[in-house]
Amino acid sequence: MQKNEPNNGQKTGRAALVWRFLRGSRRLFAVGMLMAALTTLAEMISPQIIRAAVDNAIGGNAPTFGPAVMRLVNAVGGFAYLGEHLWIMALAVLLVAAVKVIAQYGFLVFNTRGAESLVKTMRDTLYTHIEHLPFSWHMKNHTGDIIQRCTSDIETTRNFVAGQMTGLFRILLLVVLSMVFMFSMNPLLAVIALLPMPLTVIYSLWFHRKLGGGFKACDEAEGRLSAMVQENLTGVRVVRAFGRERYERDRFEAHNEMYTGLWVKMAKLMARFWSTSDILSGLQIMLVVVFGVLFCLQGRMSAGEYIAFVSYSSMLIWPVRQLGRMISDMSKAGVALDRIGYIMDSPVERDCEDALEPDMSGDIAFEHVNFAYDGCPQMLHDITFTMKAGTTLGILGGTGSGKSTLMLLLDRLYDLPEGCGRITVGGVDIARIRREHLRKNIGIVLQEPFLFSRTLQENLSITDEGLTLSDIREAARAACLDETIEGFAKGYDTFVGERGVTLSGGQKQRAAIARMLTKHTPIMIFDDSLSAVDAETDAKIRKALEARFGSASIILISHRITTLSKADQVIVLDKGRIAEMGAPQQLQTAGGLYQRIYEIQTMTGKEAQA
Amino acid sequence: MKRDNEKRSLPFFGIGKVLPFMKKFRGLVAAMVACGLLSTGIDLLIPQFQRYALNHFIAKGTLDGLPLFIAVYVVVVFLTGVVNYISCNNAMKVEVGVNRDLRNAAFRHLQTLSFSYFNQNSVGYIHARVISDTSRIGSLVSWSLMDSVWHLSYLIGAVLVMLAVNARLALLVIAILPLLVVLFSVFQTKLIRVNREVRELNSQITSDFNEGITGAKTIKALVIEDKMARDFLKDTGAIRRRSVHAAHLRGLFAATMNMASSLALAVVLWRGGYIAASEVGTFSMFMSYAQGMMEPVRWIIDAISELITTQVNIERFSRLLETTSDVADTPEVIAKYGDAFHPKRENWEPIRGDIEFRDVDFKYPDGDEYVLENFSLKIPFGSNIAIVGETGAGKSTLVNLVCRFFEPTRGQVLIDGRDARERSQLWLHSAIGYVLQTPHLFSGTVRENLLYGNPDATEEEIRRALALVSAQEVVDRMDKGLDSDVGEGGDMLSTGEKQLISFARAILADPRILVLDEATASVDTLTEQKIQSAIETIIKGRTSLVIAHRLSTVRHADLILVVRDGKIIEQGRHEELIAARGHYYNLYTRQYEDEATSSLFSAG
Repeated sequence: MQKNEPNNGQKTGRAALVWRFLRGSRRLFAVGMLMAALTTLAEMISPQIIRAAVDNAIGGNAPTFGPAVMRLVNAVGGFAYLGEHLWIMALAVLLVAAVKVIAQYGFLVFNTRGAESLVKTMRDTLYTHIEHLPFSWHMKNHTGDIIQRCTSDIETTRNFVAGQMTGLFRILLLVVLSMVFMFSMNPLLAVIALLPMPLTVIYSLWFHRKLGGGFKACDEAEGRLSAMVQENLTGVRVVRAFGRERYERDRFEAHNEMYTGLWVKMAKLMARFWSTSDILSGLQIMLVVVFGVLFCLQGRMSAGEYIAFVSYSSMLIWPVRQLGRMISDMSKAGVALDRIGYIMDSPVERDCEDALEPDMSGDIAFEHVNFAYDGCPQMLHDITFTMKAGTTLGILGGTGSGKSTLMLLLDRLYDLPEGCGRITVGGVDIARIRREHLRKNIGIVLQEPFLFSRTLQENLSITDEGLTLSDIREAARAACLDETIEGFAKGYDTFVGERGVTLSGGQKQRAAIARMLTKHTPIMIFDDSLSAVDAETDAKIRKALEARFGSASIILISHRITTLSKADQVIVLDKGRIAEMGAPQQLQTAGGLYQRIYEIQTMTGKEAQA
Repeated sequence: MKRDNEKRSLPFFGIGKVLPFMKKFRGLVAAMVACGLLSTGIDLLIPQFQRYALNHFIAKGTLDGLPLFIAVYVVVVFLTGVVNYISCNNAMKVEVGVNRDLRNAAFRHLQTLSFSYFNQNSVGYIHARVISDTSRIGSLVSWSLMDSVWHLSYLIGAVLVMLAVNARLALLVIAILPLLVVLFSVFQTKLIRVNREVRELNSQITSDFNEGITGAKTIKALVIEDKMARDFLKDTGAIRRRSVHAAHLRGLFAATMNMASSLALAVVLWRGGYIAASEVGTFSMFMSYAQGMMEPVRWIIDAISELITTQVNIERFSRLLETTSDVADTPEVIAKYGDAFHPKRENWEPIRGDIEFRDVDFKYPDGDEYVLENFSLKIPFGSNIAIVGETGAGKSTLVNLVCRFFEPTRGQVLIDGRDARERSQLWLHSAIGYVLQTPHLFSGTVRENLLYGNPDATEEEIRRALALVSAQEVVDRMDKGLDSDVGEGGDMLSTGEKQLISFARAILADPRILVLDEATASVDTLTEQKIQSAIETIIKGRTSLVIAHRLSTVRHADLILVVRDGKIIEQGRHEELIAARGHYYNLYTRQYEDEATSSLFSAG
């Protein structure tokens, strides 16, 4: 019923989405921030110790510190004593440094833990959500695009939260705290020291906006270059057979030159940015040095304060320079969040209220079923038939005749819209049956079998982890696969897919059959799933099915008359309509499509020579 | 696929292999290094300003020379800008320039390698050699070099200045360095390993997503959504653990560095505090150097580990360049006919199209079994050979030999009565038309793809070729006609349409020899008929080898070769083979059933 339902009009906002994903990592980030604040504070204190050492302990000037600091100094013996015993000051430096270093370590760890928890929550939520989205959604959306959303868009969001947001916080904290310390020493010099800062920020922001476009162009050019190599390699036969090596080389070099040219242009821009910011920050420090000297000479500042001032303004240079980049990067997060939101806002498969879990070993009936895929011409026209429990139904039809669609509807991989007829099992409309219950009771082997990149044993027992090896082997034996597997060096532990062996089409089909058989379902569907095995094996598998799963209702979709002739009932489907229906023996002589195909397939030899 | 696990360590991290590529950029590199040194000089100078300000102006309470001080300071600041501009700009230029040249060299070399290389190495593997190895090497010779120059010179400079000013204090500070180096090296080694693990887990997560999405139909039918999600959680849990572990390491790294510079500061304060009483400037300068010394150590270690990790890339890359083609023209042939990039067409004899296999033995370079033994076959010009057999039976072997993608292990393949090896590969290839089972189009326009067969074809010839294979409609349907984009790999077109375009491309090349690998993919009836008649059209008047899947193609062939398990087991005309009731008979009847059944449906 919720098939192709629009997004219910509700769209989760970006902030709400991030907040939701932050569940479980908020506290980690908060601790991280606290640590960052502690780091910054410690960083600020270190120049003050040097100042005290230079001015008071060594220089012997009258201290200008607050009562709290003085109490501490007096407790260790006063400045004069400290001047004699500088190791105490050195120890203080080390202590503060230790606090800073530990806090910094804590920040990094907590921030990363927060970031990783956030990423994990996002990945897990998205994956689980995607698994529960209806099949029609999967058909509508490109795999590559969804994966992009689940990988790079998550990465962008993570960088936004754990990189840019926390970075921004840290920089602001640094600016504010250094302002506090600088103002406490000399307000006028503080203003002078901070004055060029907004300029640096604006300049860096403006520049990174400008660079952004250039980076995009470079990325695209790199993509084209990389695609060209890919095409050249996959099409190596065409290149060679047409003798176009030279053309390819020239084309590649042209692409390469263009890509390189873009970067050379970027190099100029970036070098200009860096050198300009170097000059800006150099001048900024110079300002502090020169005015500091003037203030010292006027007696408005001490040498220690001067040194501390230079330290504070040097500390600010890098973070402020980065601010522009950080802010310009933040704009990317919005798009990424919207792309993730698109997936999260797509509604998952749901059952109707008080869904049923009836016995599934009854008759299967299609009643006036009409169906069309979204935006496509009608696929099925008024399909009506009944299949008695425990019997075998054969379906014969050309490509695009709608036979696979019938099975997708029965398994509710697509939902039949209201008013398009109904499908019942044991008299219960399947729309009212709990989806999980329905699918658990229908075993379906798809036309193009899909195996998971795991071992064969894991593949065969994927529906139920409790299955023992002997259960699995029994199913494999019925599917004529046991011997093949035993022939592999690692047997049932053989890894399937990219990292392991590549199975042939027939082996894959048989593995899919064995996997389905372990489910022991009352309804079994074979959607052209024996096409890649030879006729002999086909017959063996069918025999094994009959012997071991005789009570099940079996639907066989096939082109082979020998396969279909063993069915209790055969439907011939043509262009979405039932063309013929009946027992195979009847249809053989009914003068229709079935008979003609029967004749072709039984008399091939003679026909062929004609 | 051959993976290079075997370590073949090159001396000096393989830098020798890269030097030739840097030769061109000597000037840039020299300027970059010079500016780098100059910039270090300035960085070392800056604390001296501070020292002068404290010792001269503040301590003596005078403003004498302040204008000059400011003037010099400003000049130095601007000089920093200029010097940094040059070194950054040059470093990037060197990086992208070396990258470009490395990629060109790799790509150019790939165009001359034989098919055994492409059969033994996956596309992804070769692609990485051309794209990623080159960029790692490029950044090594530019940025890692730049970093080393900057930081090494700063370190040395700072040490020297400190030694000159106060040797005893300097030695105390320097004593911290060895400890730092040891700790950094330990962390770095661990960090590299953990980072690799994280990267691997990351690609595992991506393939999990891929599996979860492409396998959606199966997952739903088996009702294992929750199991898949549970398994996925294991992988995301693992990557979180490793990433946090990496963060601990990075944290230790940073902590060590900060602690070391604070230690240096503390040492200066403790053992050098007395200096401040007389020369506060000197004291402050010492603090700057002592603190500033630790950061360079980190960068130097970074650069070294970069050098070590990039060694692998250099090795792989140079191995690609050193791979020689096992199908190569002899120097005499190149002298007369030219090579792939510089053909001497004036010396090329016109090709007639007679092919002969004479006593050919053949095994694939990576195989251990002979697939052809003592095989002889004459294919006179104009004949049509069909090769049939099941998927994976080895039907392309003959084609590979005719196209000289591989050479016979023993015996000869003769073209127009002369051994193919007596003439250049390009000479032969320019006379061959090749139509693949999965038609391969290049990104670009339809026209560009058609001209691939013959760059000099006129508009009229293009029209005629399209008409001959009834591909005109395909082009008309596209909004910009011949100048429409076909998308990456021709994705904007259907398989059938791609097939028709690739036929037209082959016709434009007007080859004397045509190799055709028929498609098995099902296309709609109309396209199917068009393809059928296109095939009949294009094989006329040429020697053709068809890897056949269609009955009509097979039935009318002059000779049918039946391949099984890589070997030719039957050969003859259709009627003879049917009468023999052998493997061909079985293949044929099965095909016949399928075709007849589906034709009934489309007719009905």
